[in-house]
Amino acid sequence: MGATVPLQVTVNGEAHASEVPARMLLVHYLRDELGLTGTHVGCDTSNCGACTCLVNGESAKTCTVLAVQCDGAEITTIEGMAGADGTLHPLQEGFWAEHGLQCGYCTPGMIMAAADLLARRTGDGPITEDEVRHGLEGNLCRCTGYENIVKAVQAAAEATRSVAA
Amino acid sequence: MTTIDVPPTKHVGQSLRRKEDPRLITGRATYVDDLALPGMLHASVVRSPEAHAKILSIDASRALARPGVKAVFTGEDMSDLAAPLPMAWAPPGVEVKTPERWPVARGRVVHVGDAVALVIADDKYTAADAVNEVDVEYEPLPVVVDVEAALKDEVIVHESLGTNKAHHWTMGGGGDIEEALANSEVVVERRIVNHRTAGGAMETRGVIAEFRGGQLTVWSSTQVPHLLRLFYAVQMGISEDKVRVIAPEVGGGFGSKLQITAEETMCAWASRKLGRPVKWIETRSENMAVSHHGRDQVDYVRMGATRDGKITAFHANIIQDLGAYFGLLTPMIPELGAFVMTGCYAIPVVQTDITGVITNKFFTDAIRGAGRPEMTHMLEVTIEQLAQELGMDPIEIRRKNFIKADQFPYETPYGITYDSGNYEAALDRALEIVDMDSFRAEQAALREKGILRGVGFSTYTEICGLAPSRAVGPSGFGLGIGLYESALVRVHPTGSVTVFTGASPHGQGHETGFAQIVADRLGTDPSVVEVIHGDTATGPMGLGTYGSRSLAIGGVAAAHAAEKIAEKCRAIVAHNLEANVADVEVVNGKFSLRGDPESGMTLAEVAGCAYIDATKMPDGMEMGLDQTLIYDPSNFVFPFGTHVCVVDVDRETGKVDVVRWVAVDDCGPAVNPMLIDGQVHGGVVHGIGQAIFEQVVYDERGQLVTGTFVDYALPTAADVPSFETDRTETKSPSNSLGVKGIGEAGTIAATPAIVNAVIDALRHEGISYIDMPLTPLRVWQALEEARGRGDGPRDTEQGRALPEQGEGSAGSGPTIPEGGAA
Repeated sequence: MGATVPLQVTVNGEAHASEVPARMLLVHYLRDELGLTGTHVGCDTSNCGACTCLVNGESAKTCTVLAVQCDGAEITTIEGMAGADGTLHPLQEGFWAEHGLQCGYCTPGMIMAAADLLARRTGDGPITEDEVRHGLEGNLCRCTGYENIVKAVQAAAEATRSVAA
Repeated sequence: MTTIDVPPTKHVGQSLRRKEDPRLITGRATYVDDLALPGMLHASVVRSPEAHAKILSIDASRALARPGVKAVFTGEDMSDLAAPLPMAWAPPGVEVKTPERWPVARGRVVHVGDAVALVIADDKYTAADAVNEVDVEYEPLPVVVDVEAALKDEVIVHESLGTNKAHHWTMGGGGDIEEALANSEVVVERRIVNHRTAGGAMETRGVIAEFRGGQLTVWSSTQVPHLLRLFYAVQMGISEDKVRVIAPEVGGGFGSKLQITAEETMCAWASRKLGRPVKWIETRSENMAVSHHGRDQVDYVRMGATRDGKITAFHANIIQDLGAYFGLLTPMIPELGAFVMTGCYAIPVVQTDITGVITNKFFTDAIRGAGRPEMTHMLEVTIEQLAQELGMDPIEIRRKNFIKADQFPYETPYGITYDSGNYEAALDRALEIVDMDSFRAEQAALREKGILRGVGFSTYTEICGLAPSRAVGPSGFGLGIGLYESALVRVHPTGSVTVFTGASPHGQGHETGFAQIVADRLGTDPSVVEVIHGDTATGPMGLGTYGSRSLAIGGVAAAHAAEKIAEKCRAIVAHNLEANVADVEVVNGKFSLRGDPESGMTLAEVAGCAYIDATKMPDGMEMGLDQTLIYDPSNFVFPFGTHVCVVDVDRETGKVDVVRWVAVDDCGPAVNPMLIDGQVHGGVVHGIGQAIFEQVVYDERGQLVTGTFVDYALPTAADVPSFETDRTETKSPSNSLGVKGIGEAGTIAATPAIVNAVIDALRHEGISYIDMPLTPLRVWQALEEARGRGDGPRDTEQGRALPEQGEGSAGSGPTIPEGGAA
């Protein structure tokens, strides 16, 4: 695996200090070193977004990021989305309620990309279908035809808005 | 057909939230790549960069010198395999020339990506590094890529077969096709290319094999764990009881995992050889190159009719591109489509001719719809052409030829009996939603503004619920096995329930739908009914999930098994309450006496008798509540419906936007309407993908041009509209639930609706047909040709010389590869 480099990251609120090969991909670090297998590899070319996580609050396709590039970073994976007591994140709730998943393989990445989309939003009106569709065009799904994913994200946005209001 | 007294439903028909989802939305599901075993080694495959070549030498010394590399195996090393990879179709009376397919090539490669050696290392990075250090010397041989060029046998892919023509299959019905066409007042003809596509499951294939103590355990991302176990036993020369196959969470299949794959066998063989577990996870590039493709056929169709629009005859001559080897069902795919060649229409005389042709490409096999999308496409674009030829409304011509609701069960000229249908009802409902009068007004107004809008229809029926074993098995259609399905329903002593199904889902929602069915029959709640699938060690032989079969076969098996347990429960309750068995019914989650819902026993109380207190059991009754059942259907099921697509075509760029989609499907009574809608959405987008975005392309040297998702365009959320779905419900008499299937319907219906819509938008420009994919380039080329510029879109892009960089994108026509006369 070649020379190793020290790496310190905080993942889902937990600090990790590791020695990792310089060429190790972030997704492999998360999956193979930390056992966070909820983040998936779908295409290796950053087209499908199955590997999407939040790195310092912004969505990143972790199959094309080296782990060592994230030294000092705060990373959130799908495993960090629900509350400590198991309460689902509004996006997780939305995907479940709206049947926004079938095989589930793209789902963690889809949820993480949607989290970034909702966090970036500046307007305070209801999020439109068009905003969601364009906001998620970096994430592929072969099962759902996207329709219920769009509804799931809209439902989550609405739930968050009504809590905030 | 036995009719079973179905209890009043409570959970069936409800859009219950999926039981599968909590683990999937929290990242707690376990796909193959999420598993690791102690001592596990990692495999990576050396693959041929040549489409056709002799292997002169393989030198693994550099790879073996790399620290961490454990072994490099060639095809010759694996010569102790007891059997090649299977092809499971032997139609009586038809010779299918089948090339032997071994997991790793032996002396010769016949497509790009053909496995040449297997590298085993301590970790996946090392294995991938070492693949590049296996030095293989090839002697390139002439290549044939285009299917119609291959038919000329100028370049032969498998010398041992002596020809590229693998088989010819013909089926006719209702009379002589040539005579019927000659006697028709009008005949329309068309050459249709149904191009090659990829399955595109978001999870690639993957396998872990562990041979330990004489027992082989395999985790594989498969749709067919039981078939895999059977073929492992045959290939490895071991007893089937020593093999366990587990399909863990499977990240989509779409047919691409209905396969017995080379890599599955490689890992098992290597694990036996090395005494360690071996894992292989497919890269996306491998997935594009060596997970089977779908479609890929050239169709010559002729349709005869009377002047007033009654179809008199339909003939399809199909040239099927098989690729270089056969997968499990490769040559059979168009034949499955042939069974619904007449679609929704009463066509008196039909004939299908299918010629299977071997080329230097990866093999094709079942991808969502498998033969039926191709056949539906042919029929629905040709009927549209006929309407144009006759100056008829395309809706009216369909209506005029529909099999009428009172004609079911309806026997087609091929001797297939359509179970039930009401095609006009589905069409009428779709027309109510679309409102064609206002659409035509809107279309005209938009055209004034330069926006080219069009509408296209597809009225389909399909054959699914695979399948009655006598009809499809060795003495019937020629499949190597019957397609029954199993269920084992087990009530536990505390009253909770486990259902084992031989169906093997990968996103469909069986854990929810089957739980709804079983819960209603046992008077319990779906939350305490766990559905277990995909593990050959837990339930009886099963056939897996494909062909929209799970509910109509596996779900019915589960229903019947639960009904048998319910019968036993009723006897136990009657015994304890001193009542007649006939007076015990399942009401409100309880086995109660008729007319007295307060009376009776819960399932948990009945289970207490059956497992704990023998004195509460009727004399002579066996203890326990446990029922295994194999259900073999009496007929196929035939879902149907009408899909309507509205598109806008950009006049300058040729870009097609789908702006509206109306789908009215009929798959019988709904078990869970939410799951049905989900299947329709995904199925239609799969069809939109083929029609507009997706194409697997090989160049004239057999090089795969579309080797990643950078080059192969799957539709994104921004590329597709929301769907207006509705249903009619026509029960199937084929099974006691009356259900049909919905997994493939959207894909089967979609492509002709899109092509017909694009033509509707462009007809006034002088365009009457464009083959898929309707990419901006191809539509623009058609527009240019109509304006007197250029030669129009190519018929097929397979095997053409790709332009050098900077040469522009127009290119030349299909090219016979160099050395073609060898």
